[in-house]
Amino acid sequence: MRYLPNSFHTRQEMLEAAGFRAPEELFAQIPDSLKLHSNLKLPGPMSEPELVEFFQRTAARSSREFVSLLGAGAYSHYRPAAIDALLSRGEFFTAYTPYQAEIAQGTLQAMFEFQTLITQLTGMEVANASLYDGSTATAEAALMASRITRRNRLVVARTLHPEYRQVLATYVRTLGTAVEEISWSASGELNLAVLDSTVNSETAAVIVQSPNFFGIIERVQPIAEVTHRVGALLIVVITEPLSLAILKPPAEADIVCGEAQSFGVPVAFGGPYLGYLATREKFTRQMPGRLVGQTQDREGRRGFVLTLATREQHIRREKATSNICTNQSLCALAATVYLCLLGKQGLRALAEQNFSKAHDAARKLVSEGAASLPMTGAFFNEFVARAPGAAETLLAELQDQKILGGLHLYRFYPEWKDHLLICVTEKVSRSIVDQTVQGFARLAESTPGTPAMLQGRHSRGERG
Amino acid sequence: MKNRIQTARPHVNRNEKLIFEHSSPGKCGVDLPPLDVPPVSAAEALGEVYRADIEGFPEVSELEVVRHFTRLSTWNYGVDTGLYPLGSCTMKYNPRINEVVARLEGLATDHPYAPEFLAQGCLEVLHQTARCLAEITGMDAVSLQPAAGAQGELTGILMIRAWLEQQGNPRKYILIPDSAHGTNPASVTISGYQMRPLKSDAKGCIDLGELSQAMSQDVAGLMLTNPNTLGIFERQIAEISELVHSRGGLVYMDGANMNALVGVARPADFGVDVMHLNLHKTFTTPHGGGGPGSGPVAVKKFLEPYLPVPTVEKTPDGTFYLNYDRPKTIGRIRTFYGNFGMAVRALAYILANGPEGLRQTTEDAVLNANYVMARLRDVYDLPYDQPCMHECVLSDKRQAARGVRTGDIAKRLIDYGFHPYTTSFPLIVSGAMMIEPTESASKEELDEFIDALRSIAQEIEEEPSFVLEAPCSTRISRLDEAGAARKPVLTWKP
Repeated sequence: MRYLPNSFHTRQEMLEAAGFRAPEELFAQIPDSLKLHSNLKLPGPMSEPELVEFFQRTAARSSREFVSLLGAGAYSHYRPAAIDALLSRGEFFTAYTPYQAEIAQGTLQAMFEFQTLITQLTGMEVANASLYDGSTATAEAALMASRITRRNRLVVARTLHPEYRQVLATYVRTLGTAVEEISWSASGELNLAVLDSTVNSETAAVIVQSPNFFGIIERVQPIAEVTHRVGALLIVVITEPLSLAILKPPAEADIVCGEAQSFGVPVAFGGPYLGYLATREKFTRQMPGRLVGQTQDREGRRGFVLTLATREQHIRREKATSNICTNQSLCALAATVYLCLLGKQGLRALAEQNFSKAHDAARKLVSEGAASLPMTGAFFNEFVARAPGAAETLLAELQDQKILGGLHLYRFYPEWKDHLLICVTEKVSRSIVDQTVQGFARLAESTPGTPAMLQGRHSRGERG
Repeated sequence: MKNRIQTARPHVNRNEKLIFEHSSPGKCGVDLPPLDVPPVSAAEALGEVYRADIEGFPEVSELEVVRHFTRLSTWNYGVDTGLYPLGSCTMKYNPRINEVVARLEGLATDHPYAPEFLAQGCLEVLHQTARCLAEITGMDAVSLQPAAGAQGELTGILMIRAWLEQQGNPRKYILIPDSAHGTNPASVTISGYQMRPLKSDAKGCIDLGELSQAMSQDVAGLMLTNPNTLGIFERQIAEISELVHSRGGLVYMDGANMNALVGVARPADFGVDVMHLNLHKTFTTPHGGGGPGSGPVAVKKFLEPYLPVPTVEKTPDGTFYLNYDRPKTIGRIRTFYGNFGMAVRALAYILANGPEGLRQTTEDAVLNANYVMARLRDVYDLPYDQPCMHECVLSDKRQAARGVRTGDIAKRLIDYGFHPYTTSFPLIVSGAMMIEPTESASKEELDEFIDALRSIAQEIEEEPSFVLEAPCSTRISRLDEAGAARKPVLTWKP
């Protein structure tokens, strides 16, 4: 076996030195009745070329030849080559949690830089060194808000990513926390009036996503006013943080969290990604997850350590702020490298490109009479389009042209049978957008009553 | 001659600033392709929500970024650097081929919402990995959803709770031995249970009498690690499970130490009802400086309906699909389908080894730990004197008498070129030195490590203050951790 460094002869020598006569004796403490007396029924062994062949065969049964208009919490952006080159350095990817700071300064300083970059983007004062993903970061933020306010009721926008809402439900169910959902208004933004009548003195937090699941940018300030009036905390979830390069950060929020996969982490069929969580300084000690802090060595030189560990499970055990042990360090490193490469100008230029491309696509869809946009609110790189007929037909036809034409919202919002969530990043070329628009237009032509009828059929999107 | 060098140290990579301190206006590390559509002015369209600047954000060239992170990387110690005997963490070799296959187009690039018929390859990886893990543990069903071990614990305990609720009473407590990892009690709390500690017996194992007394009708189950954190196999595990079951509770096994068992014994045969595995420990997915991990959960048949959604299943005609239609599920515990990229790597590891390779791996891991223990026990105290499994726990008892503790010895090991063992854990051993060499350590390297620890013991006899000053060979000396916590500086400020 190529990964094992000791030869048969060496093993014999070691067995003898350790006082064993035969390898079986190593397992003498396991009762015989509990031992496995046959080989595991597993495939392999495989040589390296065989492995490559196996996985290449597997990888071929995929959508790798397709261009994707899918977003919805997993965004396909170009990843500069330097990211993987740097992540592949063994000193980074084969190290563990930096418990021994003197020989982990590389990871620690990079995480310190990550924390700083996240605060700069979100407008918050402190950020942790990452959490599992956007959904668990949201659940952790909700638990954190409950701890701070000592309240047990959450008010959640129905425009928060449906899977995030499902995860939140799993996390709080056994803790007796009530979750109420708030609808959206015609613009696609959170319905402020409903929010106002729902929050009360028992509300721990209001959770709202921006841009929300429909791509619509929320106006955070009025939501914060309503939230803070009842003494609750505002949690703003951002799943496409590239938007923060050209959108005002939600500085009125108390916790900003979400998913940072957009920053140099591949979509990889859903993971690994990286959650982030940022907040105000005064809540630092209630935060979940690892924190890296700056300090000095004995000679006064700057160095970095894991800090405030008394919040964490390995010290606090059952009284910890969270059960989380690992972070997503390598993904956070990818994000750090990505953000440093793009920098202030690159990130803003990229965000502007995404904005232009998505708006160009939306404009074409409407002007060709091929689709309607049921929501009037401002959006970033993702928007809802209503197909002029059966969305399944449209998606199938686009698939014939090697295009994944967006997410059919029916999956999460059964009342929306022909609405698609379309994401246009910099990786979608103009010709793909044109092909997509033509697909919509062909469907419109073949569907009686469109497009004239479409114009008057704007969905109000008002849901309870 | 006066040293005139002010800003550089002997090695340029010993002196690297923060990326923000390299920044100057106008630099950028990427060039974007030209926009192929008419520009739409975001400033105009967005009005008051438009942001004109990201204050403090770095501006550096590609070369500066590459140098910066390359230099930072040289300050790290990884498995690739040398022996990393961090007990309980299973720091084994991370095969390079795993990284290659996980980055293949089609595996690294598929969108989680791609239609299932176009995601058959990814679904097959998940399905096959789950099946392999079921075979390795002997359990009936596996979910790859949990993002890490601690989330696997949460998932497992929630399933226990859901099952007990179905029986009519979720009960109140979970029993946890005092030797357990900190995540266990924390996961229990977050699952809505209270934890009750279980005192270990003189051999460091679960005390059946103690368990019998604690195992009341209010107790939902027992959460144990096997082999436990002393590296000792719970010999009475079958009796323990039987007792818990006879009182209506369930048994959760923390599979963090599965590297001691693969191919040798299967938790399903121990009476375990639900357990998690750590793909980043036993199955060679890289630790990455602290994640991403992956903590699959394996269950017996009767708990299968409670697994998180979605599950990956296969139709009789061989088509893979995601099943969301599971009325008894505990729900979703993270987005999409878990840390898929970690499943690819773990599967590559399992396939590379095959059954014989995995069994040999386990044997080597256990042999290495016993070899280290046998060759150090005359200079370091061995609190529980018996053969160990994949890790051994020594203590600083003799050295503490000279004022040197486990943490100091660990720091001195750094000067000898090794990553330290785990210090001060498990908590039931005062001054614990928890050593897990894994199968990846060669005899030559172990001998050097043993020599280092023996030499340090000698140093402590002769000149303890020297060890207390360690490390002295690193770029920086011991850091002021108390100061960092007292006045936290968590971000860079201009």
